[in-house]
Amino acid sequence: MAGEARPPPLQAAARLRRMLGGRAGWGGLALQIIFLALLVWVGYEIVANARANLQAQRVASGFGFLGNTAGFGVSQTLIPYSESDTYARVFVVGLVNTLVVSVIGIVFATIIGFAVALGRLSPNWLLARVASGYVELIRNLPLLFQILFWYLAVLAALPGPRQSISLFGSFFLSNRGFVVPDPVPQAGFGVFVVAVVIGIVAALAIRLYARRRLYSRGERLTIWPFVLAMLLGLPLLAALLFGAPVSFEMPVLRGFNFAGGARILPEFVALTLALSTYTAAFIAEIVRAGLLSVPKGQMEAGASLGLPRGAILRLIVIPQAMRVILPPLTNQYLNLTKNSSLAVAIGYPDLFSVFAGTTLSQTGQAVEIIALTMAVYLLLSLITSAAMSFYGWRIGRSMNA
Amino acid sequence: MKCASLGAALLLTAVAGFQPAFGQTLKTVQDRGVLSCGVSQGLPGFSAPDDKGNWTGLDVDVCRAIAAAVLNDPTKIKFVPLSAKDRFTALQSGEIDVLSRNSTWTLSRDTSLGLNYTGVTYYDGQGFMVRKALKVNSALELNSASVCVQTGTTNEQNLADYFKSNNMKYEVIAFATADETLKAYESGRCDVFTSDVSQLYAERLKLAKPDDHAVLPEVISKEPLGPVVRHGDDQWFDIVKWTLFAMINAEELAVTQKNVDEMAKSNKPELKRMFGTDGNLGEQLGLTKDWVTRIIKAVGNYGESFDRNVGAGSKLAISRGLNRLWNQGGIQYAPPIR
Repeated sequence: MAGEARPPPLQAAARLRRMLGGRAGWGGLALQIIFLALLVWVGYEIVANARANLQAQRVASGFGFLGNTAGFGVSQTLIPYSESDTYARVFVVGLVNTLVVSVIGIVFATIIGFAVALGRLSPNWLLARVASGYVELIRNLPLLFQILFWYLAVLAALPGPRQSISLFGSFFLSNRGFVVPDPVPQAGFGVFVVAVVIGIVAALAIRLYARRRLYSRGERLTIWPFVLAMLLGLPLLAALLFGAPVSFEMPVLRGFNFAGGARILPEFVALTLALSTYTAAFIAEIVRAGLLSVPKGQMEAGASLGLPRGAILRLIVIPQAMRVILPPLTNQYLNLTKNSSLAVAIGYPDLFSVFAGTTLSQTGQAVEIIALTMAVYLLLSLITSAAMSFYGWRIGRSMNA
Repeated sequence: MKCASLGAALLLTAVAGFQPAFGQTLKTVQDRGVLSCGVSQGLPGFSAPDDKGNWTGLDVDVCRAIAAAVLNDPTKIKFVPLSAKDRFTALQSGEIDVLSRNSTWTLSRDTSLGLNYTGVTYYDGQGFMVRKALKVNSALELNSASVCVQTGTTNEQNLADYFKSNNMKYEVIAFATADETLKAYESGRCDVFTSDVSQLYAERLKLAKPDDHAVLPEVISKEPLGPVVRHGDDQWFDIVKWTLFAMINAEELAVTQKNVDEMAKSNKPELKRMFGTDGNLGEQLGLTKDWVTRIIKAVGNYGESFDRNVGAGSKLAISRGLNRLWNQGGIQYAPPIR
């Protein structure tokens, strides 16, 4: 073996020292321990002090209140709820409302964001200007202002329920929301759902099979008639054999409001609209940056292969851009979820409004309720970022393969 | 926006080590030289800034009376406007010394919220306001209506109780502040606006066309409104309680802002006790002997304050009703100063 001698491997004790104390050695370790102890002490003091103060003032504490009757109504409940249910139920109702508005907001924000980004990059002068105008207008106005704008300026300008705009006599648009016929499950509903699920699974299997054949033998199979038969034919057959899966309950104007039918509340629409258009403006810029980060040569290479522009974007540019887009996109998704707590301004019953608002002021247990609410938002954010990390990991893996 | 103040309040509870003890609030307020008083975010008649930015109203007068008694200056007050949702947290955490903000006295607020109600400044009840165009004459005709309400109030629960016990359906839209609630009602989102009746009259004045709206005759709950302090400092509790009682007793004894100096020289035993020319009742509270003189000079007696802010002498022109003195057909009654 030529060359200089390799340094001897570190001794176990020295390695441990390096690991725990870093460059500063044992002194560094001691500092870290002191710092940690200090943090723990401060944390303990905060908790102990709060407990002592609450007890001194005889403020109720603990989570027992969750089992008490709430006694107030909530306008949008996706799970059954009545005034005689508990605060725990209110918590779930609020959580579901937050989740719904966040998920739908994220889906729309992503779609609009990608569309605007592509618009900004388009060679079409008008389209590019409209898209950049959208971005500059929306991202520079405060979100709360936009929520109030949609709620008070746009949706409130709709006519009252008695003068509502009617479509085919079964859809009604008014300042009370959008009322549609409500599907009520009938006897054949279970079979119908099973048929739909089988149809989707079968269609996916057919597609997988066709891909395998394409990659292994280079054969192109025509699969769309089979897929169509599975997706539409199967459920249709089930409906014919077992009767219609649902019947529709028509909304009727009775008294002040519509009775029957399903209703989408204006608060929900205003919040979803504002959140998705606002976040879309930021997503558009992130996507644009991502697309521009892919070298131009990639696009030219695609073009020289004779691929159309859409296919180049879809197959070559976007997959590479996703690596750049994903981390800031995750931030935007997290922002959207957290911003949904602005719902309180327009009376949408999200978690922050019904739990950290009404429940808090009725029970006065601020510490418990705020802690619980914080834990929920933290958990939602962590789940979102874990999902996005997983997606990023998959992209990275497929690109390195 | 709301969460910031709430968070700050929480942090205060947790970190600042605020521990109310006997006599401490009075000392803190006097050392600070300013009384921190929680009020509404603008409810005409009760607590609202006038066109010069001075806070006025029945609830504000209680703050001024306390400041006069404690600091000898009814202007040394820091008014903290609070939403219904945040008010009790602000008091619990020590951000304010007293809450005088049209708040209903209930058992749970008196106990599990760690608060003490000190008396009743206004006997109120919950009612409904609707558009006259709807041609509704009774709250019992409100089946299936959409109702706008402010969140964090007793109104929210009374509403649920009332519709349930009358077998009516309703849709409730709850907003964080009174202004947002009123705006939604005005825009037609709701058929009905509900809150305490006094507040209905006050809010109605803010509408573009107040005459298009009517308050329904039904009063569906008891809403005794009064000043609140936190548990733990009985001396402060007594001071706030007796400040209000002094105003009510002054009305009963016909002591007014104008004649207070004259009355202070009176030889009547009950007036002598009140003005401290006999005994040391003020000192027993931790104040000086002439505490009542200062209170009445600052805001007048209860009746004067009522008339000036919500009664005949104000834009609201609400009749005294239940809030008349006990010997004039009402239920306002203060224990004797002796």
